[in-house]
Amino acid sequence: METIITSKILLTVAIPMVAALLIMASGKKPNIRETWSVVGAVLTFLSVVNLVPHILTGGAYEYTLFTLYPGISVKFHLDGLGILFAGVASFLWIMAGFYCVGYMRGLDEHAQTRFYVCYAVAVGGAMGGAFAGNLFTLYLFYEIVSIFTYPLVAHHQDEEGYEGGKKYITYLMFTSKAFLLPAMILIYVQCGTLDFAAGDIVHGIFPADANRWVVIVSYFLCLFGFAKAGIMPLHNWLPSAMVAPTPVSALLHAVVVVKIGVFSICRVMLSVFGTQLLYKYHLGIFTAYFVSFTILTASVIALTKTNLKARLAYSTISQLSYIILGVAMLTPNGVTGGLIHIANHAFSKITLFFCAGAIFVASGKKDIKEMGGLGYRMPLTMLAFGLASLSMIGVPPVSGFVTKWFLALATMDIHNVILLVVLMVSSFLNAGYFVPVFLQSFYGKPLPEDEGQTGSLEASPLIMLMVIPLCITSILSVLFGIYPDLFLKIIHVMVGT
Amino acid sequence: MEQYLIYNTLSYPILSAVLVLPLIGALVTLLLKGDGVLKTWGLLVTLATAVVSLPLYTSFDPTTVKYQFAEVYHWFPALHLHYAVGVDGISVLLVLLTTLVMPLCILCSWTYIKVRFKEFVFVVLLMEAAMIGVFICLNTVLFYIFWEAMLIPMYLLIAVWGGPRKDYASIKFFIYTLTGSIFLLVAIIALYIKTGTFFIPELMAHHYSYQYQMWIFLACALAFAIKIPMFPLHTWLPAAHVEAPTAGSVILASILLKMGGYGFLRFCLPMAPAATMTCMPYLLALSVMSIIFGGYLALGQSDIKKLIAYSSVGHMGFVTLGIFLLNVQGIKGAMLQMINHGITTGALFICIGIIYERTHSREIKDNSALGMLMPVYVTFLGIFTLSSFAFPGTNSFVGELLVLVGAFSKYKLVGFLAIPGAILAAAYMLRLFQKMVWADSDGHAHHHDDDHGDDGHHALKDLNGREVVTLLFLAVFVFWIGLHPAPLLKVMDTSVSHLVHQVQAGMQHLPPAEHHQEHHAWLLHLGAWLKNLLVSLT
Repeated sequence: METIITSKILLTVAIPMVAALLIMASGKKPNIRETWSVVGAVLTFLSVVNLVPHILTGGAYEYTLFTLYPGISVKFHLDGLGILFAGVASFLWIMAGFYCVGYMRGLDEHAQTRFYVCYAVAVGGAMGGAFAGNLFTLYLFYEIVSIFTYPLVAHHQDEEGYEGGKKYITYLMFTSKAFLLPAMILIYVQCGTLDFAAGDIVHGIFPADANRWVVIVSYFLCLFGFAKAGIMPLHNWLPSAMVAPTPVSALLHAVVVVKIGVFSICRVMLSVFGTQLLYKYHLGIFTAYFVSFTILTASVIALTKTNLKARLAYSTISQLSYIILGVAMLTPNGVTGGLIHIANHAFSKITLFFCAGAIFVASGKKDIKEMGGLGYRMPLTMLAFGLASLSMIGVPPVSGFVTKWFLALATMDIHNVILLVVLMVSSFLNAGYFVPVFLQSFYGKPLPEDEGQTGSLEASPLIMLMVIPLCITSILSVLFGIYPDLFLKIIHVMVGT
Repeated sequence: MEQYLIYNTLSYPILSAVLVLPLIGALVTLLLKGDGVLKTWGLLVTLATAVVSLPLYTSFDPTTVKYQFAEVYHWFPALHLHYAVGVDGISVLLVLLTTLVMPLCILCSWTYIKVRFKEFVFVVLLMEAAMIGVFICLNTVLFYIFWEAMLIPMYLLIAVWGGPRKDYASIKFFIYTLTGSIFLLVAIIALYIKTGTFFIPELMAHHYSYQYQMWIFLACALAFAIKIPMFPLHTWLPAAHVEAPTAGSVILASILLKMGGYGFLRFCLPMAPAATMTCMPYLLALSVMSIIFGGYLALGQSDIKKLIAYSSVGHMGFVTLGIFLLNVQGIKGAMLQMINHGITTGALFICIGIIYERTHSREIKDNSALGMLMPVYVTFLGIFTLSSFAFPGTNSFVGELLVLVGAFSKYKLVGFLAIPGAILAAAYMLRLFQKMVWADSDGHAHHHDDDHGDDGHHALKDLNGREVVTLLFLAVFVFWIGLHPAPLLKVMDTSVSHLVHQVQAGMQHLPPAEHHQEHHAWLLHLGAWLKNLLVSLT
């Protein structure tokens, strides 16, 4: 277990920020602007890949940039959990980079420079969060993501956009100021530091004689403070944030934004509180039950939605809680299942959002009821949609199955039938709202005005820019289902044996 | 006297130079003619003062609690009155803040002030001298003279170059502040009669009876609470801010309000420690009320200047909260918050001045949809907006964090009560920023590229070089303090620890019986009750 102190890891955080500046500078020339966006994404991903081998040997990277006050610093510490999130987010940024070009040009959106700049900074913020070495740094980048995704959510600048944006920023700023800030200070006052416990998910940073109530209160403040995780009752921003252009919903609300919320909660549970303390005060099992409510309720709500993006939004809320459920069970299998779902859900959900966006650009349809027969006109898209749906439901060999397998094992480790039942019911519900979409697109009756229209909608070059990325992500979804070894290795490094 | 001072060893008498330079500059102004010459002269004098003051930071010795760069000259021997100046870790940063902000005040008035430019430069330079005097003097008489000397130039700034309701605002400002200073004068005289000295360090070393401390504390605290301003004595501030010209608002926000905080730290805490302890629960309660009330009122404003003025009330609430927590983190946080507020709110007032020059309106709705038209301006506005609601990585965050750490480690309830202030700050600043950058959703100036409507926005020009320099200078400090506050904290470290020690030691020097003075029984009773409440709840 070797920790290398190097400023090299700053590169991953810096590249998206630099890319944002270049995008801003070349705002007048769309081709160059979008090249910077894609180049930035590729370089970010490569810089993450470059760090993987050392992490796989059980090592870590560390670098302290600024110290604000003893124990409070801007510090980066990269370990298995961080690299998993960073790798997934940066890879999917490449896919989204191409997809954005197709989508934004296809719809001839306004203020595209602002869009690309905010997009890049938001991803950079997520990288910073993934690499954070203490709670303050995590908070800093978490807030950067909040601020820079706000213009993306309100992008259309119409009544609906402003309303959605207002709700978004109100939920996120309120929770982070009202819950996260006091939590951070309580932890600092109790522990004298905000640095994560490096390479140790058992003991955390709390001293042995920590006040019981301080621990419990600060834990709940953290759980609700990271509202990006979409745990009910603080989930309402997510459906309203879906007014954003679809690439935003795809990358940000399936990968970057919501995942930094979930990632932060996992990080705090494992590296600040530690499994021992959570177990001691029964916080783990309480959290498991608490998020079970979200898993089931969000799925039930998803059943009632006929707008495709809204259905996906509620599905996201439900799926995010799987991750927390896994970690909250506090067993090696649970943590593995939870963390691997960060990657699995990302690949599958981004595919689903990409599909929704491609359908909207190609055919102008948002509602599931209108999509009858669409499968014949957009076969690749709907096929990818089907594969990703299988992953969400948890059917082998698609990646979602791996998650459910580990989660189910974990429920048996802790002999808890209730949680197992939750998992099973949730899978049925998932099937209940995804399968009809797929069936409708092939067997459903087309709308009267679409009657008789044939021919592929996927042929034009701009649409291809969207369809190819979504095919890649769906294929990867299957690959990671068959061969989850890479992710498992990274997580095992983190979890230990 | 010597044991409190380290005499100036620099090649020139730095503190006197910093004090006298603006005064000489002001006198020379009377001989000059032509707006261009006057502007340049004002800028040169303030810049020269800033440069001359820099060794205060570079040569400062942060390991001692003594007053450094000191100069003492006999003035009025019969009354033991000296001209004595010196700075410690608490005042040196405020002196530097003053000298660095003043050139910006001239720069931001470059085209804003259109009439009586000679008088304007004269008044601003006079103001600078008086403010520096307050921070560096070690003598209560000098302190009072400088304290009062600020009043007239500030009154003139509002009354001559102010907005439409300038008469109301300037008189209100004058009456409020004068009322406070009368009590201050009484306290100064009372202290002299008791001890026979005007020398501040000696006054601090003296031990007073509890009852005497109480009177001194109340007299001083009233003056400083008006100045800072603390709820419910804050009502002069919004009026003064709104009507003052940009430079006046900047001076008011950046430096004048800090006098209140400085006064608390210089007079109330060290001279009346026991009384401070007794009054602490009330002052904490008032601070929390300032934080929440200021933020709540800011949320409802449609006038940008008024919004920032109310936000100042909230920010200053954090300062008094930090001071009266009476622990090291709290006071350090309060000190830092004073510097930060000077930088951030000063910058925000400059931003408002810039847009007012272009649209001639301070209403939010008349200044909307600037995003596409003035991207550079909006970028700066964004930076200072983030700083104003204590975004992590900016200067205000560090100050607020330290105050809250102080609060949570002493009374958790107070910490939790102050949190809504932080939420409100984010709410009103983001609301302001969004409305200024983007158009309303009803189509007013929506999609900036097609039509500009009748609001004359097409005439808007982005920032010129002078304005960029002004704002850039402050923006650098926003991030520098936000990410690397160690140098500033180091400067104040020893002095703040000493101050906290002074307060604690001051308690022990009192005979125990004095704690139970009949005269203050009700106050003590209430204080004890509040304290018990705090302890039992946290």
